[in-house]
Amino acid sequence: MSSGLDAAELSAAKRVAIVHERIDAAMVTDAMKAGADGAVCVFDGIVRDNTRGRRTLYLDYEAYEAMALAQMRDLAAEAVTRFKVREVAILHRLGRLVVGETSVLIVVASAHRGAAFEACRWVIDTLKKTVPIWKKEQFEDGAVWADGEPFPEEIVGSAEGAVR
Amino acid sequence: MLLAMRVRVLFFGVLRDSMGVAERELELETGATVQEVVERCRAGAEGGVWEALAIAVNQEYARRERVLAEGDEVALLPPVSGGRSRSSSAGLDGAIV
Repeated sequence: MSSGLDAAELSAAKRVAIVHERIDAAMVTDAMKAGADGAVCVFDGIVRDNTRGRRTLYLDYEAYEAMALAQMRDLAAEAVTRFKVREVAILHRLGRLVVGETSVLIVVASAHRGAAFEACRWVIDTLKKTVPIWKKEQFEDGAVWADGEPFPEEIVGSAEGAVR
Repeated sequence: MLLAMRVRVLFFGVLRDSMGVAERELELETGATVQEVVERCRAGAEGGVWEALAIAVNQEYARRERVLAEGDEVALLPPVSGGRSRSSSAGLDGAIV
């Protein structure tokens, strides 16, 4: 099955992408490697078979797509600046995903492993709090929108004491 | 004279399900803020998610006091759950739909 991307196609523009087809983690990882790199750190987020012990049949991911892509591009660029890694790829898949499939893939290429680990961790943690993507979990006996993590204070601002 | 403007409001995730639509158009007085959009949409609606929303105006996060302009796209965003997040027990929605 094609991922819709092949190694030759993994241009800078496609290193941050929202896709509707299967993500080929191995292909993306290989395509990210360059001579100056001493490390490639990969976070491959996959669909788990249960939530709190309840069996998951599949997940439906949806996004505020234009904004999500812009946020992902900002994240990749900020990770490069902040951690001084060479290159960051962020791919997120939307639509219906079954157990074991990749929903999000983050690949960080860097001269040194420390920065690669740190940048990878920061990207996934920040993505999960700020990039407008939601998932609905389908169980045997019903579906539920997954609880999100609370938005960081800098995003919601004064929402708590919202001015009237 | 009452000057009016129109904005487009988008709903996502659990909010879209509870509103029953993905978007609506709102007519507001000139000078209206994000907060007024939230209050107009919320009128009569229940659920804890309203306390936890973030708002984007023209695809960038915005604060409640942001003043809107004609044609703005205002998105009401429930807490996000991309990636493969941990299970939370916070129960912001929890409703079987």
